[in-house]
Amino acid sequence: MSDLDALQSKILADIANASDEAALEAVRVAALGKKGSISALLSTLGKMSPDERKTEGAKINLAKDTVTRALAARREVLKALALDARLASETIDVTLPLRETPAEAGRIHPLSQVWDEVTTIFADMGFAVAEGPDIETDDYNFTRLNFPEGHPAREMHDTFYFNPKDDGSRLLLRTHTSPVQVRTMLSQQPPIRVICPGRTYRSDSDQTHTPMFHQVEGLVIDKSSHLGHLKWILHEFCKAFFEVDNVNMRFRPSFFPFTEPSLEVDIQCRCDKNEIRFGEGEDWLEILGCGMVHPNVLKLCGIDPEVYQGFAWGMGIDRIAMLKYGIADLRQLFEGDVRWLTHYGFKPLEIPTLAGGLSS
Amino acid sequence: MKFTLSWLKDHLDTDEPLEKLADKLTMIGLEVEHIEDKSKTFAPFTIARVVSAVQHPNADRLRVCMVDTGETSDKGEPAYIQVVCGAPNARDGLISVFAPPGTHIPGKNITLSVGTIRGVESRGMLCSAAELEISNDHDGIIELPADAPVGVGYAEWAGLGDPVIEINLTPNRQDCTGVHGIARDLSAADMGRFKDPTIKPVIGEFPCPVKVTVEDASLCPGFALRMVRGVKNGPSPEWLQKRLTSIGLRPINALVDITNFMTYDRARPLHVFDAKKVHGDLTIRRARDGETLKALDGRIYTLDPNVCVIADDKGVESLAGIMGGEETGCDETTTDVLIESALWSEINIAQTGRRLGINSDARYRFERGVDPAFMVPGLEMATQLVMKLCGGTPSENVVAGQALPEDRVIDFPLSEIKRLAAIDVSLVEVRRILGHLGFMVAGSGPVVKVAVPTWRTDVQGKADLVEEIVRIVGVDKVPMTPFDRGEAPRKPVLTPIQSRTRKARRALAARGMVEAVNWSFIARTQAELFGGGSSELALANPIASDLSDMRPSLLPGLVAIAQANADRGFADVALFEVGQIFRGDGPQDQFMAAAGLRRGIASSAGLGRHWSGSATVNALDAKADAFAVLAAAGAPVAALQIATSDESKNFPAWLHPGRSAAIQIGPHNVLGYFGELHPRVLDELKAEGPLLGFEVILDRIPEAKQKPTRAKPVLELPAFQPVSRDFAFIVDRAVKAADIVRAAQNVDRKLVSGVTVFDIYEGKGIDADKKSVAIAVRLQPRDRTFTDQEIDAVAGKIVAEVAKRTGGSLRG
Repeated sequence: MSDLDALQSKILADIANASDEAALEAVRVAALGKKGSISALLSTLGKMSPDERKTEGAKINLAKDTVTRALAARREVLKALALDARLASETIDVTLPLRETPAEAGRIHPLSQVWDEVTTIFADMGFAVAEGPDIETDDYNFTRLNFPEGHPAREMHDTFYFNPKDDGSRLLLRTHTSPVQVRTMLSQQPPIRVICPGRTYRSDSDQTHTPMFHQVEGLVIDKSSHLGHLKWILHEFCKAFFEVDNVNMRFRPSFFPFTEPSLEVDIQCRCDKNEIRFGEGEDWLEILGCGMVHPNVLKLCGIDPEVYQGFAWGMGIDRIAMLKYGIADLRQLFEGDVRWLTHYGFKPLEIPTLAGGLSS
Repeated sequence: MKFTLSWLKDHLDTDEPLEKLADKLTMIGLEVEHIEDKSKTFAPFTIARVVSAVQHPNADRLRVCMVDTGETSDKGEPAYIQVVCGAPNARDGLISVFAPPGTHIPGKNITLSVGTIRGVESRGMLCSAAELEISNDHDGIIELPADAPVGVGYAEWAGLGDPVIEINLTPNRQDCTGVHGIARDLSAADMGRFKDPTIKPVIGEFPCPVKVTVEDASLCPGFALRMVRGVKNGPSPEWLQKRLTSIGLRPINALVDITNFMTYDRARPLHVFDAKKVHGDLTIRRARDGETLKALDGRIYTLDPNVCVIADDKGVESLAGIMGGEETGCDETTTDVLIESALWSEINIAQTGRRLGINSDARYRFERGVDPAFMVPGLEMATQLVMKLCGGTPSENVVAGQALPEDRVIDFPLSEIKRLAAIDVSLVEVRRILGHLGFMVAGSGPVVKVAVPTWRTDVQGKADLVEEIVRIVGVDKVPMTPFDRGEAPRKPVLTPIQSRTRKARRALAARGMVEAVNWSFIARTQAELFGGGSSELALANPIASDLSDMRPSLLPGLVAIAQANADRGFADVALFEVGQIFRGDGPQDQFMAAAGLRRGIASSAGLGRHWSGSATVNALDAKADAFAVLAAAGAPVAALQIATSDESKNFPAWLHPGRSAAIQIGPHNVLGYFGELHPRVLDELKAEGPLLGFEVILDRIPEAKQKPTRAKPVLELPAFQPVSRDFAFIVDRAVKAADIVRAAQNVDRKLVSGVTVFDIYEGKGIDADKKSVAIAVRLQPRDRTFTDQEIDAVAGKIVAEVAKRTGGSLRG
């Protein structure tokens, strides 16, 4: 075995024994560096004869190539080992529990959600949304809606009043959103198609009444809309809102000063504990009142009842929200208990659409 | 309005079953609220005879009875049933009421089973009247006459099976406050034949000795009076007592019972005076200030001139149309009776009844209005009843005032039915329906004349007639007709403020906050703390003292519920509300506000302690909430300015002055505030702090310009890489970071594309009154790469500008 072979064997052994990249680099420098053992051999070539140089040169260069390849191979191995070692030391506890995403934790109140649902349905039927102030005049809340002064129908509305002004007039908290209908008729020419959602107030408080509640009313005024249209709209609405194929509805004659004829509407359902099924069962639940707008109301709002006609309806948002979502206690809607709000509320990205479903 | 089936049949000849009648009532607008059918409840109770009652072997107070229920054994012998009974009156031969095992006992709300009582088997129960809920008598078991038929149903025998129907009467149907009117409606709806015999006048045998003066005909349009002399008053006959008790009225004596009967039977309230207790003539007048009356309910009422009364020479004897006086009331000693049948001002009755707090059957009818044409016939009918039940000799009638209203005739185009209700009804049918209801129809169309009966003052015009026809034909006959949405373009229907409201809610919920809906009214003290409490926003009749004033802010409500949640054990909460607030009583003073409140460990990252961070909330969390709402609602965020308490006019007192600010666009448009709530305010609200909140007024966001196209502006992507340079400035602690950022931005608005504050440091290595604020400035070359010299030049300008604006120097 020549010296060169011995040198090569030793270097290859050193490479194999190098345990990290620094040790490997030391082996490289010792062999191939300026003062390295193979470099030293190469520098002897100059003193050799051309023939000798030819044979020895080839041998030495072969050894250099072998060492270089071995170095590269070993470097790859060591690099991989080093990465493995680093990764092995880099662990985290992936079982740590996360915080809930804010968009999953936040809640929209069921009343706001139902407001959005109702608006979505009626917008599709071509209704605009009108709003008005909560503090109203007696004129808009009663007189122009054909409530005669002193009539017992006024008594049906337990009205909250403010203190009388110097001129004797006194403002009140609207008992229904109908004054918005008045404002709409006074400010806009037919055809009119609006819904009027909003807060309403009556001085009544028990298990099924709160002094503040929410209503959505609708108003259609044109030259041809009649009771048949009203029935259809409400039927379509109920199917869409309750998200069922059919709802059995019962229209009963009733009385409101501002409509003539007046109707109340019941829907058929079965109530078991907190679950309500529509279109089955024995119970008729009253959900809204409606009728053809009274000619006196049209007149008082500047519309000629001989030319124009139309209908209006009103329903409790609180009530339809409770019915749809199985909310048993009305008062809890306004108690601000985060447990209740989290349970009955809706996530912010659960935006009601007709395409995607109101509640899914 | 309550009545029984048999009472209805006094006025309606019908064979229709109860269920059908009830359904029809509801469908013609007389909504049946409740039917109490005692014949069902009482079906298991039978008449039985106590064959023997012997002492219970193991109990002093119990007896073991063998009861004959009419059952027989297979051999045809009586099969007696053994019952253990605790009633003191259980004795041999007593006829009583028996309930077998399985019976529900209404008075005890239990269902019987076969039991063993102190070792003796008992197979049923002998019942007291209280156990059947027919009276309060629970002293012993029911004692029936000896001839009561054993084995027969008790309810059937005792006539308790008459179903009671209660309808929820709408205020327009004055005529249906009497059974007679209800029967008329049902007959129009094909439910039977209406019985409406003519009431014959009773010929008076002497002039009425009491004269009547009506001082104010506007309060009393009509008054009729008659005396019946020589009556014998006492308990009314069984049929009349049953009528009254069946609907929950207490029989008193025949004369009084007759008035109550007329009230419910014919919607004709009457009053009877004991003539001997009346002094002189009667005057219908306004009460004088301070006059008092002890009414039939035993209460003493102090009156004033708004009250209409019937007075004699001695003083007030009756609250007209509402309640009689005790002094002149009829009792068993009454021999001469004055019967009054009158008409009263509906408004005055309603107002008086409301003010005095009297809900009487008379008020209920008079405030709706009674049939004026029935004033005198009602008196005649009552006279007949008095003479029939109590005997006596009638006087002539005294009638004051104009009783009959003007005839009302409506020109009714038949096309109106189709126009409003979309149904075709023939003239024959129209005539039939209206005729049954008491209207007179003249003419053959297309426009007929319809005369309205006197008892239907609610019917005033064409639309009312359409309603009459529709409700009798049936609303279910109105065909559902698709409603064409028309060719109006599909545009958004929400107004800008509605749209903002909607977005504000979703934006806050997306920050992990939970939406509450609070009352619009709060306690005055709360309102005052938040800038409200003015008298124009105080309710005259609040439902509770803590719900008395319209809220000037959403925050007091949120503070209250945050504390309530903390009291329930949920100390870390993030709540919001989007709703109306009131700064005055005009429409322009009502605003749509969005407010949020965070308490405890409740940053937008989440609630409660957590390994990832558990810092309690601070004012900047509230700032972030406020900005999130404003951004979502479309506010120009870059234009928003922050003004601290010392920079802002009228800064609210409910905020911690050093940890809060106003958000504004210029000094005149303050959109809202955020920060820590003032500890003193929290003290007054009895809430534990710290609480961090914000409130912004969505109406104050400037409306964005309408763009002609939905296309977004062209995107410009610079070809050259941006360069970032960091600077750390040492400044006084009072220096606002925003001023440093603004100074850096203002150096060259074109070149400086962004400034971020990436570190704030106070403490070791820095003077106590100083802080270090580190910013990263991003420079965006537009047309070529920067040279080092150019970058250095901009950096130099930034350092100089920050030094000039804030006194800051680069950190060494």
